[in-house]
Amino acid sequence: MAEFSFFPSTERKTAMYERIYRSLYRIRRVEERIAEVYPTDTIKSPVHLSIGQEAVSVGVCEALRPQDVVFGTYRSHALFLAKGGDLKAMIAELYGKVTGVARGKGGSMHMIDLKAGVMGTSAVVGTTVPNAVGYAYAVKYRRENRLVVSFLGDGGVDEGVFAESLNFAALKKLPIIFICENNGYAIHTHQRLRHPALNICDRAAVYGIPTERIENNETLRIHERVKSAVDAIENGGQGPYFFECMTYRWKEHVGPNEDYQLGYRSREEAEPWMRNDQVGVLGALVEESARKSIEQAVDAEIAEAFALAESDPFPAASELMADVYK
Amino acid sequence: MERIIQYTEALREAADQEMERDASVLVFGLDVDDPKAIQGTTRGLLERYGAERVFGTPLSEDAMTGAAIGMALAGLRPVHVHIRMDFLMLAMNQLVNVAAKSRYMFGGAVHVPMVVRSMIGKSWGQGAQHSQGLYSFFMHVPGLKVVAPTTPYDAKGCLIAAIRDDNPVMFVEHRILHFQKGPVPEAPYSVPPGKARVTAKGDDITLVGISYMQVECQRAHHYLAGEEIGAEVIDPIWLSPLDIDTIVDSVRRTGRLLVVDNGWSTCGASAEIIAQVMEQLQGEREVRVKRMGFAPVTCPTTPNLEDAYYPNARTIAAAAYWMVRASGASWMPEERKDLQSIEFKGPF
Repeated sequence: MAEFSFFPSTERKTAMYERIYRSLYRIRRVEERIAEVYPTDTIKSPVHLSIGQEAVSVGVCEALRPQDVVFGTYRSHALFLAKGGDLKAMIAELYGKVTGVARGKGGSMHMIDLKAGVMGTSAVVGTTVPNAVGYAYAVKYRRENRLVVSFLGDGGVDEGVFAESLNFAALKKLPIIFICENNGYAIHTHQRLRHPALNICDRAAVYGIPTERIENNETLRIHERVKSAVDAIENGGQGPYFFECMTYRWKEHVGPNEDYQLGYRSREEAEPWMRNDQVGVLGALVEESARKSIEQAVDAEIAEAFALAESDPFPAASELMADVYK
Repeated sequence: MERIIQYTEALREAADQEMERDASVLVFGLDVDDPKAIQGTTRGLLERYGAERVFGTPLSEDAMTGAAIGMALAGLRPVHVHIRMDFLMLAMNQLVNVAAKSRYMFGGAVHVPMVVRSMIGKSWGQGAQHSQGLYSFFMHVPGLKVVAPTTPYDAKGCLIAAIRDDNPVMFVEHRILHFQKGPVPEAPYSVPPGKARVTAKGDDITLVGISYMQVECQRAHHYLAGEEIGAEVIDPIWLSPLDIDTIVDSVRRTGRLLVVDNGWSTCGASAEIIAQVMEQLQGEREVRVKRMGFAPVTCPTTPNLEDAYYPNARTIAAAAYWMVRASGASWMPEERKDLQSIEFKGPF
């Protein structure tokens, strides 16, 4: 477990552990609640759950400032919540309600919350990577004190636009951090069957981008390493940076269930990741009464969000034609 | 005195004036900053506005289109330039799945103010992959706007309108139109969507000419006048949103509609225009319709086959004559030197 030499005060460390635990626990419970509700067919949207992968979003977003902007993938519930996206609007979106982040017109794969710096996520693999790069170009052009984080999966690396985007980001030395969440699979196909060389960092390094692979899905380690990159850019350094964060998806590619019975992967492969469950690991760093009160507050918040989503109205028929153009 | 300038200079002036007015306007694309400056349409912009606002790009149409969208999401107004429309096929994911959809699928939270300039080639052996007029692909997709100005006046006004538009605009140029000269006011002005232009009056048939085919339709108008056939010629200018009312009003009077497209007819702009007109006029008025466009083959390079591939003023006039003269008589005008096509000379 990484120690936090750059946070000398015990109080600050305690507060940070509590924040991180709250974020991890909250994301986990939200998605478990989605999985519970899913069979009732009230959520009319395909869901790609982040359960097991929360550490990456939480570790990265803990290192970011409110003004920083993130771009994500279709598996972005964790990112959305970790960056401070509105939980009620997120759940309402899953229910197709007008109070949703996209007024019920985007669903799980198109989460957005501009106030929190969550730019819209995409259902097509790799597509938000160049969008993040362009956003970072605008940030640099305007001399703004913020940076952009582009989340992608190991599947996104397969797309041609990945190489094009990294090339341009490196050429223009943009204030952007790429976070590759490597969960080993593009849907059901392992990286071994898609890549002749498994080290994704090597691909980014050829553009002269500083890279680092972070093993074992460790929230605090991810936070520490990404924080150092954020600090470097904040202190006048140049981007981009690239991190490959090794992680593991516990549930099926899309949907609320497990899928070890399909045979493309085994429960044995998943077990080490489950033993290193970051919700448990961080929970153990938080004093018990504080942990209980965090959990109670989060549980109540989630219950309220789902209840509101149930009772909120669907969009009016006139919404069909709204917002095609500005 | 009207000032007469070339289409390319009109485009350059529009970009220059908008960049001067608004620091959020950027121009980039392959070779926009090279000595040829995209036929002169970007000449001087680098010197005036610097390399952060005017830059050549790697050969990465997909990522650079995605980057343009990201810039637009951040509040900039990028103008992304492609010297061939054919190259847009490398950027379809970003254009169709992201640029067109972001506003709607994020419930109105964002908008994507960007302009994609691209050029259609013709003649001098440009062939299969340097000649395609593919704007109907983009007309098909809600969320995109499409414009194909014909004159220098509209080139300037439409580019200014496109840059100021809060939506993604596909701005389609034809390389032969780049040589057109015409009156262009010096002060900035806008030719926004919503109004097609009647470019010649007539009562016997309505000719709708898109992009370069507008020029051929105007020539056809003169050939037909020699046979005492009055052809009304309409330039839609903006293809999406389309001002169908101007076309319907004309056809209601003439009862005949020939749409000449600078692309293939199948599922093309000509098919769409005729379908919309018929939806409005069916039951009210008998209407004869016809489409003309590229031959339904890949564009060949050899001159004699290429000539047969494209509609031209004489074949357009012949088709119109056949539609007007109910007798079914066929007629083809003798070529008139004063109405000859401008020949494009390479190298390109």
